[in-house]
Amino acid sequence: MSLTGLFLCTFLVVHLIGNLQLFYNDGGYSFNKYAVFMTSFPLIKIISYGNYFFILFHAFWGLYLEFQNRKARPVAYVVTKNSSSFSSRNMAVLGTILLVYIVVHMGDFWYKYHNETLPFVQYTENLLTGEVVTTEMPETYSQETKMVETYNQAESTKTVIVKDLYKVVSVSFQNILLVIFYVLAMFSVSFHLVHGFQSAFQSLGINHPKYNPLFKFLSVWLFAILIPIGYAAMPIYFYFFK
Amino acid sequence: MAEGTIKLDAKAPEGPIAEKWTKYRSTVPLVNPANKRNIEIIVVGTGLAGASAAATLAELGYKVKAFCFQDSPRRAHSIAAQGGINAAKNYQNDGDSTYRLFYDTVKGGDYRARESNVHRLAEVSANIIDQCVAQGVPFAREYGGMLSNRSFGGVQVQRTFYAAGQTGQQLLLGAYSGLERQVGMGTVKMYSRHEMLEVVKIDGVARGIIARDLISGKLERHFGHAVLLCTGGYGNVFYLSTNAMGSNVTAAWKAHKQGAFFGNPCFTQIHPTCIPVSGDHQSKLTLMSESLRNDGRIWVPKQKDDKRAANEIPEEERDYYLERRYPAFGNLVPRDIASRAAKERCDAGYGVGTSKMAVYLDYAAAIERYGKAEVNKNNIENASKELISELGKAVVKEKYGNLFDMYKQITGENPYEIPMRIYPAVHYTMGGLWVDYNLMTTVPGLYALGEANFSDHGANRLGASALMQGLADGYFVIPYTIGSYLANEIRTKAIPTDHPAFVEAEKQVKDRISKLVSIKGKQSPESFHKRLGKIMWDKCGMARNEKGLKEAIVEIQALKKEFWSDLRVMGEIEEFNPELDKAGRVADFIELGELMCVDALNRNESCGGHFREEYQTEEGEARRDDENYMYVAAWEFKNESDWVLNKEPLIYENIKIAQRSYK
Amino acid sequence: MEGNMNITLKVWRQKNKNVKGSLETHEVSGISEDMSFLEMFDVLNERLIDENKEPIAFDHDCREGICGMCSMYINGRPHGPLEGVTTCQLHMRSFKDGDTIVVEPWRAAAFPVVKDLVVDRSSFDRIIASGGFISVNTGNAQDGNSLPIPKEDADKAFAAAACIGCGACVSACKNASAMLFVSAKVSQLALLPQGQPEREDRAKKMVAQMDIEGFGSCTNTGACAAECPKEISLENIARLNREFLSASLTTAEA
Repeated sequence: MSLTGLFLCTFLVVHLIGNLQLFYNDGGYSFNKYAVFMTSFPLIKIISYGNYFFILFHAFWGLYLEFQNRKARPVAYVVTKNSSSFSSRNMAVLGTILLVYIVVHMGDFWYKYHNETLPFVQYTENLLTGEVVTTEMPETYSQETKMVETYNQAESTKTVIVKDLYKVVSVSFQNILLVIFYVLAMFSVSFHLVHGFQSAFQSLGINHPKYNPLFKFLSVWLFAILIPIGYAAMPIYFYFFK
Repeated sequence: MAEGTIKLDAKAPEGPIAEKWTKYRSTVPLVNPANKRNIEIIVVGTGLAGASAAATLAELGYKVKAFCFQDSPRRAHSIAAQGGINAAKNYQNDGDSTYRLFYDTVKGGDYRARESNVHRLAEVSANIIDQCVAQGVPFAREYGGMLSNRSFGGVQVQRTFYAAGQTGQQLLLGAYSGLERQVGMGTVKMYSRHEMLEVVKIDGVARGIIARDLISGKLERHFGHAVLLCTGGYGNVFYLSTNAMGSNVTAAWKAHKQGAFFGNPCFTQIHPTCIPVSGDHQSKLTLMSESLRNDGRIWVPKQKDDKRAANEIPEEERDYYLERRYPAFGNLVPRDIASRAAKERCDAGYGVGTSKMAVYLDYAAAIERYGKAEVNKNNIENASKELISELGKAVVKEKYGNLFDMYKQITGENPYEIPMRIYPAVHYTMGGLWVDYNLMTTVPGLYALGEANFSDHGANRLGASALMQGLADGYFVIPYTIGSYLANEIRTKAIPTDHPAFVEAEKQVKDRISKLVSIKGKQSPESFHKRLGKIMWDKCGMARNEKGLKEAIVEIQALKKEFWSDLRVMGEIEEFNPELDKAGRVADFIELGELMCVDALNRNESCGGHFREEYQTEEGEARRDDENYMYVAAWEFKNESDWVLNKEPLIYENIKIAQRSYK
Repeated sequence: MEGNMNITLKVWRQKNKNVKGSLETHEVSGISEDMSFLEMFDVLNERLIDENKEPIAFDHDCREGICGMCSMYINGRPHGPLEGVTTCQLHMRSFKDGDTIVVEPWRAAAFPVVKDLVVDRSSFDRIIASGGFISVNTGNAQDGNSLPIPKEDADKAFAAAACIGCGACVSACKNASAMLFVSAKVSQLALLPQGQPEREDRAKKMVAQMDIEGFGSCTNTGACAAECPKEISLENIARLNREFLSASLTTAEA
């Protein structure tokens, strides 16, 4: 649990940094290129499949443990006052919410990106000025690959026609229910990680008075606050500002 | 009371004292490994003596069955010993030696212990420390990594090894881990929540026990080539004591009624530093470790019935009576002396607290002394009084923190600010089953180890010596001495437990249990126990006299009658029933109480913990009568309330007998 | 009547492990605040006997906080509201007149109820028997000072060895895990030079036995250490994880 958990924590950081490109005001140029890179570069692909496997392993092994742990106390207490934190006690519940979220999230974007006909968008970048002109392609447009790059040496421009995942994102987040679901899911992420990140170190046997404050700091400020806020900002941004 | 004709043979080896044990070990008959596998040994009790004996005998190859009434062998009351364990290691280079430990123990016991046993104890004491360290017992250490020592009462060297205020716990867990290792290997079969209720004898020899499974309530028969009783002391006869609630005399008493003589039953140790009784509800007393007397000063107001709070009484109006009466040892006089001195002050009307039955144990001077030392160490100039006190309290906290916390928890008072109130309480019993040099009782094949026997502490035990004796008996003595008996038993096949002797013994036990349950009277076992305790404490406690003891005997006999006609035991026989367990134990305590009074009445002298008011010096010290009472009183059970006195004369060839002085 | 506190006690009654139990209510009057919690039970039991009712069975022995026998789950917390204290050292002054107190047994599959508040903790003994020792026969030992042990290590080993085996950690843990108990013993021996030869074997065997007994697994909620009457630290659990990991990675047999 701890190793897969830490891997997933790392994934969250990388995924967030990548997705921050949604905030570039370039009509999704960087983001769409990034999406292509992430889904076609072989090494990344291998890591992605590893990631899917770790998510499933983490989720189902976690649920199995929870099931076993409940068997260890067949008769419940009538009264309990807890001396442990809310999040540490509810990792399985929080994790299950996250699993549902991941399924929805992948259905929204990953599945559509891979299996559905997505609109294409054309970007013409002036290589001298860096200026980008965005043109939506007609609905009937289609091409073999996710992205076609052409250079025009004379005009020093590069033309990129690419699957417009950015559009999918911005359309999806016009749905208030989805936005609310995403934001709530990020609360789950926050509570799951504020315990999960520190707990992983304890499980690996790393507990030292000198370094514990660092783990605690990271788990609270990075994983329980910064990362969930970063992710939650995306649906909110698209809903209110796009 | 009749006087017996049996000549008790201690079977101590011949030769100079320092060579007896070495010579014995080299000549004692051995049992070969193949035969050991066929020999079964029953060990009752899993405290320091029992756990160490069971583990060691199993290591040697014997088949061992161990019994305890607690839910785990780790909970035996040895676990509660606080202060430490003595050993003549002389790591401190302060003049300690085997002889000095031997001498201190015999003198501390007021010359009523058997020389040969005590010397052997002193000899093996050093091995105990080595063994425990090897087992992973985390003794206190100095910064250089070496073992640390402290001093205890009645001694002028530092020979006490310790693990904070939890030495007994650590030693027991060490012995317990050794025992569990054997359980895991299948060489010891452990029976927890089992109580031994009878010794089974065949042809006059111990061959097994009847035990009750305390969960199912069913009786069980167990055969053994030898039976070891490691069942602790009987201080709970006083109801209030520092013993555990379950500590009892039942196993030893059954053995006594089967022919094992009871040695010096009246020798009881009253520990001077316990938390005073706070009300009738009190179920047990809590000890404050003797180590507190290293730094604490004991006092009472000079003025009678002084109503002022302790901190309001100025220095010159305080009577540090131990320092006044015993300048050489001061607050570190042996336990019997410190206890008696406290009682003397309280009886004279100088006691403190609401009950007026307490004295102060004051840490103010120690806090100031340590605070000043800290100030010097850290080169702080013009330190304020507050700073000194704060630094001093930190030092005291490190040394005694857990004890201070415990005091605060029980009394609700903060001992860092106001002096602790303490009063003596029953703590240990030097008396017990009479055993010879081999630790065998007068019933062949039946042994007694640790506090359950009478052997090493005479009339008063020195602090930190109980742990030493328990482990010495179990680790280093019985593994040798039992060989001399079992070497002759190799032809004895395991006796099936349908033998008539087992059937008969089980029937006796069954009848007795049925009787307890069928009385259906009105009073609970607990209420009888409380009444017995009061009689014992008032008349056979810290001070005894002929009149009181005679009254006590009559009162106890009446109580016994009442018990067997008006007892109420709730619940069924064949189920988990703590009330029934308790009833059986109280019944035995009542009989023992009577014997203790008989013994105390017989011993017309004062020695150690036995203080007969008629026999004291002008200064109020114990006055021994070596001419008439330098013997072990070994009582033989004949009939209800009928005992015969047998004497084992004590001969001192290596120690010059003197009036014990700590002045 | 020694005091003037009146308490409403709701106590778990259960005849044996094969039947279901339930809470039973008793009004206990005239309690003194100087009484220990167990002495309050003594008073109640004596009254029950007077009324010809069966007294409540509960485990207790030394009553000075060291034997580890007492085991009550009081108002939702093992050993009651105070920290660093066993039930026997809890006094009534920690409660108020008129309080309702709910008392339950430790609850865990590995601690079956024997009767009322009494549970069977022999699973702990079996865990120790599986490896919680140093294999040294009596007589094998060298001089106690032959191996210097740094004071810090000795102190840490002692702090772990202070465990009284009461089972509060198991009772407090939402998973009924015995990790704190096991880790205390593994840590004590792993910190000392004498414990080194069997270090890896010990961690693996004790963890295996813990699983066989039916304790849950550790999810690092920290409730065990928070409720431990001897304040055994979570650092020990980390050490056990370390020991177990390195043993699993470096030894051949499973």
